[in-house]
Amino acid sequence: MQNSASAAIVTADGQPLKVSLARALRRQRMFALALVAPLFIFVAISFIIPIADMLFRSVENGIVEEILPQTVKALESWDETSGELPDEAVFAAMVADLKVARKERTNTKVGQRLNYERSGMSSLFRGAGRKAGRIKEAPYKEQLIKSDKDWGKIVTWQVIKQFSPNLTPGYYLASVDAMQTPEGEIRFEDSEKAIHTKLFIRTMIMSVVITLMTLLLGFPIAYLIATQPAKIGNLLIILVLLPFWTSLLVRTTSWIALLQQQGVINDILVFIGIISDDGRLTMIHNATGSVIAMTHILLPFMVLPLYSVMKTVPPTYMRAATSLGAHPWPAFWKVYFPNTVPGIGAGAILVFILAIGYYITPELVGGTSGTFISNRIAFHIQNSLNWGLAAALGAVLLVIVLVFYLLYDKIVGIDNMKLG
Amino acid sequence: MKSFKSALIAAAVASVAAGAVTSAQADTELVVVSWGGAYSASQQGAYHDPYMAANSGVTIVNDDSSNAAVAKLRAMNEAGNVTWDLVDVVAADAIRLCDEGLAEIIDHDKVLAPAPDGTPASEDFGDLIVSECFIPQIVYSTTFGYRTDMVSSTPTSVCDVFDLAKFPGKRALEKNPINNMEWALLCDGVAPDQVYEVLGTPAGVEKALAKLGTIKDNVVWWTKGAQTPQLLADGEVVMGSTYNGRLFSVIEEEKQPIAMLWDWQVFDLDGWIVPTGTKNKAAVMEYLRFATDTQRLADQAKFISYGPARKSSAPLVGKHATLGIDMAPHMPTDPANSKTTLLYNYEFWADNRDDIDERFQSWLLQ
Repeated sequence: MQNSASAAIVTADGQPLKVSLARALRRQRMFALALVAPLFIFVAISFIIPIADMLFRSVENGIVEEILPQTVKALESWDETSGELPDEAVFAAMVADLKVARKERTNTKVGQRLNYERSGMSSLFRGAGRKAGRIKEAPYKEQLIKSDKDWGKIVTWQVIKQFSPNLTPGYYLASVDAMQTPEGEIRFEDSEKAIHTKLFIRTMIMSVVITLMTLLLGFPIAYLIATQPAKIGNLLIILVLLPFWTSLLVRTTSWIALLQQQGVINDILVFIGIISDDGRLTMIHNATGSVIAMTHILLPFMVLPLYSVMKTVPPTYMRAATSLGAHPWPAFWKVYFPNTVPGIGAGAILVFILAIGYYITPELVGGTSGTFISNRIAFHIQNSLNWGLAAALGAVLLVIVLVFYLLYDKIVGIDNMKLG
Repeated sequence: MKSFKSALIAAAVASVAAGAVTSAQADTELVVVSWGGAYSASQQGAYHDPYMAANSGVTIVNDDSSNAAVAKLRAMNEAGNVTWDLVDVVAADAIRLCDEGLAEIIDHDKVLAPAPDGTPASEDFGDLIVSECFIPQIVYSTTFGYRTDMVSSTPTSVCDVFDLAKFPGKRALEKNPINNMEWALLCDGVAPDQVYEVLGTPAGVEKALAKLGTIKDNVVWWTKGAQTPQLLADGEVVMGSTYNGRLFSVIEEEKQPIAMLWDWQVFDLDGWIVPTGTKNKAAVMEYLRFATDTQRLADQAKFISYGPARKSSAPLVGKHATLGIDMAPHMPTDPANSKTTLLYNYEFWADNRDDIDERFQSWLLQ
């Protein structure tokens, strides 16, 4: 009905108005899209793709099949629970694969990969590249086992078979201190040998403590800045931002100088006689050190959102409350404080998420009781080169952050967050 | 997550920068990656400056990224743009890089200069060529230093580190099982030639951890080589392990009341690898031939107290460039210092590092 009515209206150049309008709208939309495109591409390249790549790495395991294709195929028919070694065909395939791998220098690469699952694989494959070249004809099984007795162990072949599929849950299992036995059952590490779960829990607890500390210290500072006249307020803001412009390492190292046993604070305490020279406090290279240094470093992230929210709370509210007979404390608690909750929410979520991923400061001042899961991730990226495990740990951390985010949304409501 | 991203970003930035430079000038620019600080300075003095003086077309640029070199090289390789030409790494990393195919295989006799008496390079370096990709440069050791003014008697054995009754106070140890586990077992009565046999078993690992457990509450764990000298200088620890060159500089250059405890020092090697995919391979090989000859390796010892890797360089080691003291007695390889030594067991740690490290770290958390 409407169509037939609008079809009658035409623009000056004889086009139906509807077509003309649609075209103009489309042009506008394309223009808007073109304006957003650089940002979108930037986010995709710098954020979405790396995260997707990381998530993929945590399950990716193409290397075994790529380097040992014949062995993987031959192992398909072997029953790993039979308690017997694979047959001659598998050994022949392995020797053939190793000869190719030796030429392409990939035997050591697969050895490294499998060494993450079982110690000794690294040297087994490094040596095998050389030794397999000397095996010219059957019986392969006998000769390969002669070259290194580890080839005669069933568990060697079980590990190879277990990690021959292109995708593996192995890294995720390791990230929660579990492993899959060759029989397929999932076994958790004893709690005293577990490391990742312990670190995840510690990271959460310490991040919460740091968030609370920044709130405790940041709230009065922000209040002071927001209620002072602009001249003093601006000066205070600069004082808050000043450490922000100082190198992170410098700030961390100065905490070491302050907090260590022969450091400034202990010296002063001994000098004024609060503690004895033998009873110097241990405030660094432990969890206390991590909390203090990180609270200091993350404090601006709490003060700034708090300040910008407090700035918008009219001082008349408090005056109105007191003039209506409220004592200062109820006036603050019932009138002022609820107005600052959006700022607390924003600051808390900023500080918490930053704290969870921190690793330089805990590395330097955390000792053994103050390190985070991110230190372990950094170790696997930089030292052990076990990027699959690092990716899995990162993914678990990402999930935990998302869970916290959802909880936060449920309890506080994300719409209540305000950065200013 | 964070460091992975920053590694990628660094690689990207470096590649853009390097691309801009090479297209702007026809001269060769070699990016040499090393450890920074006093170590890079010693290489600058002994290798880079003389080479650039003799070859005006070559500029050598230092990049202090060696402690993250393995991860960065892998990232560069995956991105298909290797911007480094020569990388200084410890031998264990060289083996790993070689295993991953990230380092070029070197024909030592073809690439490197023979000794002055004509001995081929492979013989001159001897056993120190621990990987076919590795060109040894120096022998260094991880050993202990102690505060002379904070001990009542002179510690003479590495086992004094475990003796809290005789030497009370804190110790600095590396937050890493390597070396600590060996020392623990040696001091727990394991015969030196059986250390790795014992450590290769789960019971041996627990034995070593139990020994370390006796001093665990008194240990400050370090992760960077510069930490122990600082902790010693501040009086935070009574004794601590670190690289011998670091201790030399805090003792001789900064004149701190610290002395060396050489007992059961652990020798390790540091040297060059040529990354696979370098764009200046010919120029790098030419530089390497110069920088690893007998005289150059001996020259480096003028600046830092690490032993040259060539046998033929040892007699040429002279005096310190600025202090003017004899360097030979400060070398880890000096007979007086090397009565009892261990050599870093590359194969054992390549195989067992992941497992033992995991156990060690979980032990630290207990």
